[in-house]
Amino acid sequence: MAATAATTARAPGTGGRAGTLARAVALRLSMIVAFIVVWQLVTSVIDSFFFPTVTEIAGSFWDIWVAGPEAGQNLSGQFVPSLLRLLGGLGLAAVAGIAGGVAIGRSRTVREYVEPLTEFLRAIPPPALIPLFLVLLGIGDSMKVLMIAFGVVWPILLNTIDGVQSVEQLYLDTGRVYGVTRSERLMRIVLPAAAPKIFAGLRVSLSIAVILMVISEMVATTNGLGFQIIQAQRSFKVLDMWAGIVLLGVLGYLLNTALLAVEGRVLHWHHRTSRRA
Amino acid sequence: MSLLRGRTGRVARGTIGALALFAVLELLTRAELVNPDYLPPASTIVARTVEILGDPAFLGNVLGTLRAWAAGMLVVVVVGVPLGVLLGSSTRVYTATRALIEFLRPIPSVALIPLAILVFGRGPAMKTSLIIYASLWPVLFNTIYGMHGVEPVAIETARSFGLGRLQILRRVSLPSAAPFIYTGIRVATAIALILAISTELIAGGGQGIGTWMLARQVANQQQYVYAGTIVAGLLGLVINAVFVAGEKRLFSWHPRQREGL
Amino acid sequence: MTDTLLQVDQLTHTYDPDGANPYTAIADLGFTVDRGQFVALVGPSGCGKSTLLRCLAGLQRPSGGSVSIDGAVVDDVPKQLALVFQDYNRSLFPWLTVHDNVDFPLRHLGLDAGERDQRITRSLEQVGLTAHGTKFPWQLSGGMQQRVAIARALAYEPAILLMDEPFASVDAQTRAELEDLLLDVWRQSRSTVLFVTHDIDESVYLADRILVLSGSPGTVIADLDVPLGRPRDQIETKQQEAFVHLRAEVARLIQHAKTGERDRTNQPAR
Repeated sequence: MAATAATTARAPGTGGRAGTLARAVALRLSMIVAFIVVWQLVTSVIDSFFFPTVTEIAGSFWDIWVAGPEAGQNLSGQFVPSLLRLLGGLGLAAVAGIAGGVAIGRSRTVREYVEPLTEFLRAIPPPALIPLFLVLLGIGDSMKVLMIAFGVVWPILLNTIDGVQSVEQLYLDTGRVYGVTRSERLMRIVLPAAAPKIFAGLRVSLSIAVILMVISEMVATTNGLGFQIIQAQRSFKVLDMWAGIVLLGVLGYLLNTALLAVEGRVLHWHHRTSRRA
Repeated sequence: MSLLRGRTGRVARGTIGALALFAVLELLTRAELVNPDYLPPASTIVARTVEILGDPAFLGNVLGTLRAWAAGMLVVVVVGVPLGVLLGSSTRVYTATRALIEFLRPIPSVALIPLAILVFGRGPAMKTSLIIYASLWPVLFNTIYGMHGVEPVAIETARSFGLGRLQILRRVSLPSAAPFIYTGIRVATAIALILAISTELIAGGGQGIGTWMLARQVANQQQYVYAGTIVAGLLGLVINAVFVAGEKRLFSWHPRQREGL
Repeated sequence: MTDTLLQVDQLTHTYDPDGANPYTAIADLGFTVDRGQFVALVGPSGCGKSTLLRCLAGLQRPSGGSVSIDGAVVDDVPKQLALVFQDYNRSLFPWLTVHDNVDFPLRHLGLDAGERDQRITRSLEQVGLTAHGTKFPWQLSGGMQQRVAIARALAYEPAILLMDEPFASVDAQTRAELEDLLLDVWRQSRSTVLFVTHDIDESVYLADRILVLSGSPGTVIADLDVPLGRPRDQIETKQQEAFVHLRAEVARLIQHAKTGERDRTNQPAR
């Protein structure tokens, strides 16, 4: 007993838990700061046309997207359409994927009928869908939204099916013993139990959706962030291009953080329960 | 009914499902609800798919994609795994690298295609370099993560039996991290394919499926676009199947904790 | 004055009857349980206890025989029944608080919110978890989680409480506490309890009657009355001669059942 107490006792003066946390954060930030500093130094010295310094990129970013004369127009003309398409496609895929997943997941046999098809459709590399959707729908917004939805529904669908089918038998038995109705069983047992897997599918879908959005805008050039980046490249406006890339990164980061935050709230019980187990 | 049990049953049902969908699509497309130029009958698409699979021009393009894919994957594995092993052996480095990767990850690699065009021009070098950039992260990160997650008790046990550092690496750390490294590679193969085709669509980059499909679309040969998409799907399926099968054979001992995909 | 609540007649169940490996878990099982009784079911492992419980709870339809509650044959899940599983940590819903978990079965009984809340408060009080209503299962210890499962069954106010080795997964100290808690609760609610266990001491300590089951295929080989007075005490009762005697007899019966099973050639001992 005494030995364990000795090994788990903290060394005095390390600041306890708050201190450890602060050090961890500092370590992470230091890497990022180091990266930025190295980039700045290297690009200042090498002076490459294609790789501007951090300050130059930051300036361009500020000018184009935040406070410059055309910032508002850029935001509404490029950023917002991209965002809307992304959310539209993702939303469509989520609804279709979860609804379909629940419908298919209720029966093992139905899943077996459908599985080879879904496996194949999921294996199509999302960019390969672009020529197809160009044929079907031209270059407009509907093409992009529908293509994003089609490309992104598979992880959600398959994960929902998996989640629905791997609900603990004990939960279902408990529900049965206490006589729940079918709709109750779905809403109050199956969906909450399958939620962790569904969210995992949503996370994967988010990253694919961003990829599809960007490529579709680079190929079917009407407007959007992807369009802005490729347009800048074609006119050799390197700084504009980098500013667009940075904004894209910011967008991806914000969306991911938002999804994680929602997941954290909805699945708070899961993270704690599985940690314990 | 007992005929439809087990594996044969599953295969039978899957085939029935696929055939049923085909029949429905055939009916719908033959009914010409949409202009058949844009939505050709399902049977025609199947015929075209078979046709292009025997067409040397098309196959040459497929090979173009695969060459870049393979070259990229090779570099990624040869560079990424040892680098990951090195970086993964220290907790500090692990935490720091994680932060860096999380910082760079939001920028989708496809957004860098225009940059690659500027730097490398439009040839195969651009395609391969982008594939390497995009595919390196999952391999690097998974390797670091796998190395970091090696059971300390296992290492201590080995040390108590007198094994040296290199031996511990070879006989304890690497086998323990191997499943994760493999998963990273498997994920990277899919990403590599995505990048390859994306680059072809936007920048050309020599021979490739994406280039070929876009050319067909521009030339209004819609049926061939559909056929190309199907072949792309088959390609993705085959690559994934090969790596999943490999995983099962190599790591049947590993208790797989499946979370989502 | 007896009052038969549960009647089991020639209950039989075979798994995979037409397949390659048919397995008869229980055969010709029959017994009755009177209102307000506490009956323990003991038997060697693999004696079909789980199968029996599932048939009783309506989760499974038996191959043969019948189960009747209050004269009515059980076809599907009977409303007057509540089941407490052994795996408490997997039968409680992790996404619901303690309060909501107990509330779960009450929602469609047609009670208004006020009465539901009353029942929940009462049953949480009975198991001593009043202060933990807003907590989630992961925040509770194993013993507390099992108490929530019991509270959930109690709030449902079933005529029969089926318990499938509910204390098997907790440590000895917690188990003793839970046993006494159960006896308290049973005494207050006057419900009928059917308690499955493989712990002989536990069965003698808790029950009015002990049904000893044979090995597979399971059937009742003994029906023993427990002549110990109530209330029972963990130390005092277990010192009594009657306790020691009965305990030994049950142990002997089970031993016999196990060897008898090994002699049988048609079914391998589990």
